[in-house]
Amino acid sequence: MSRHELDARRLLCPLPVIRTQDAIAGLTQGDELQVVCTDPGALNDIPAWCRINGHRIVETRQQDDEIIVTIEVG
Amino acid sequence: MTAPQRKAVALISGGLDSMLAARVVMQQGIHVEGINFFTGFCVEGHTHAIRKKDQSKNKRNNALWVAEQLGIKLHIVDVIDEYKDIVINPKHGYGQNLNPCLDCKGFMVHKAWEWMQNNEFDFIVTGEVMGQRPMSQRKDTMPVVQKESGAGDRLLRPLCAQHLPATLPEREGWVDREQLLDFHGRNRKPQIALAKRFGFTDYAQPAGGCCFLTDKAYSTKLADLWQARGERRYELDDIMLLKVGRHLRPQANFKLIIGREEGENKFMEGYRKQFIHFRCVSHRGPFVLLDGTPSDADIELAARIVARYSQGRDDDQVTLEVGFTDGRMHELQVSPLPSAEIHDEWHV
Ligand code: SF4
Repeated sequence: MSRHELDARRLLCPLPVIRTQDAIAGLTQGDELQVVCTDPGALNDIPAWCRINGHRIVETRQQDDEIIVTIEVG
Repeated sequence: MTAPQRKAVALISGGLDSMLAARVVMQQGIHVEGINFFTGFCVEGHTHAIRKKDQSKNKRNNALWVAEQLGIKLHIVDVIDEYKDIVINPKHGYGQNLNPCLDCKGFMVHKAWEWMQNNEFDFIVTGEVMGQRPMSQRKDTMPVVQKESGAGDRLLRPLCAQHLPATLPEREGWVDREQLLDFHGRNRKPQIALAKRFGFTDYAQPAGGCCFLTDKAYSTKLADLWQARGERRYELDDIMLLKVGRHLRPQANFKLIIGREEGENKFMEGYRKQFIHFRCVSHRGPFVLLDGTPSDADIELAARIVARYSQGRDDDQVTLEVGFTDGRMHELQVSPLPSAEIHDEWHV
């Protein structure tokens, strides 16, 4: 298992989702990906994308103007 | 020997038609996955994400939502760069505004066809309905999409298949043509009835089209951008900025993008390093970006216009801060431009 980070700040949806999807394509099951974004839409869209594609949301939190989504690759 | 599981990739826009088309095919035991293209012009999300007053609204991405309702995977593909050529040089021209629908459809089906081959899928599904859209969904243009995309008879349009010649999936018996539909024209009742049958109660029905290019005001701004630059070219940032603010072009060599509310101001501040920008110091006022190549006199004029849009519009002097792309900052004191001197034709 390895941990990775993705900077999706200032990108508007659906770009954070697309970047997440592309990053996950290069990871293996059990890896963890932390995505940092600023578009509040990502709060809905990344978890929705994960649900339909079989990945697990470990945590979502909001810190100042940033949204941090942690995903476990399924 | 059992027949192999056939697989289809469905173009999912987020609207009702593509949702129904995918569902009709799934009903016949086909494994379906969705594909959605991000061109930069999609109506989804953006302006909602930017404008503060809209932030409380539901910001769901309809394509993702549809995929979830259908229980299928969704692949979102970034086609921003490749799509430029479609918008700039559409072989079949534009629709009512700068929407190159026929070229766009051909392009998207082509991308889906490539994806289909790379992922060993068997055919492509779209939610097109014959006679529904004036440009891309006509009896004479539907074969154009089929041909130019390269998809040929691996392109199935389940909602109007009975009006079209049988495609490979039908001829091979992967799907039963009898169970496909014969929708036609602009009447939405059959779609609504079918949605009800499938138990879909909450779905999006885009009025004009699926993207900003069908919007008159948006197309005018894009045309203005091209004219001012003397060439038909754009970057993602350009087309994003066309969605925010009030656009004013006092002269051919520059335009101002004036934030209309807090959310827009904040979004535009993200472009500080790429554009000359203005902020009011002495009063409350909008954040403003300047796009173009202004002279010193133009900066002064721009500052007076910005002052006009600030709370100091009726005062003698307004103090502004001007930031340049190399990081230099200047403070300027100007008198707000009288409203009579803000010409109507400046509004893009
Ligand atoms: S409305 Fe926009 S996205 Fe839809 S077909 Fe036309 S150009 Fe393409």
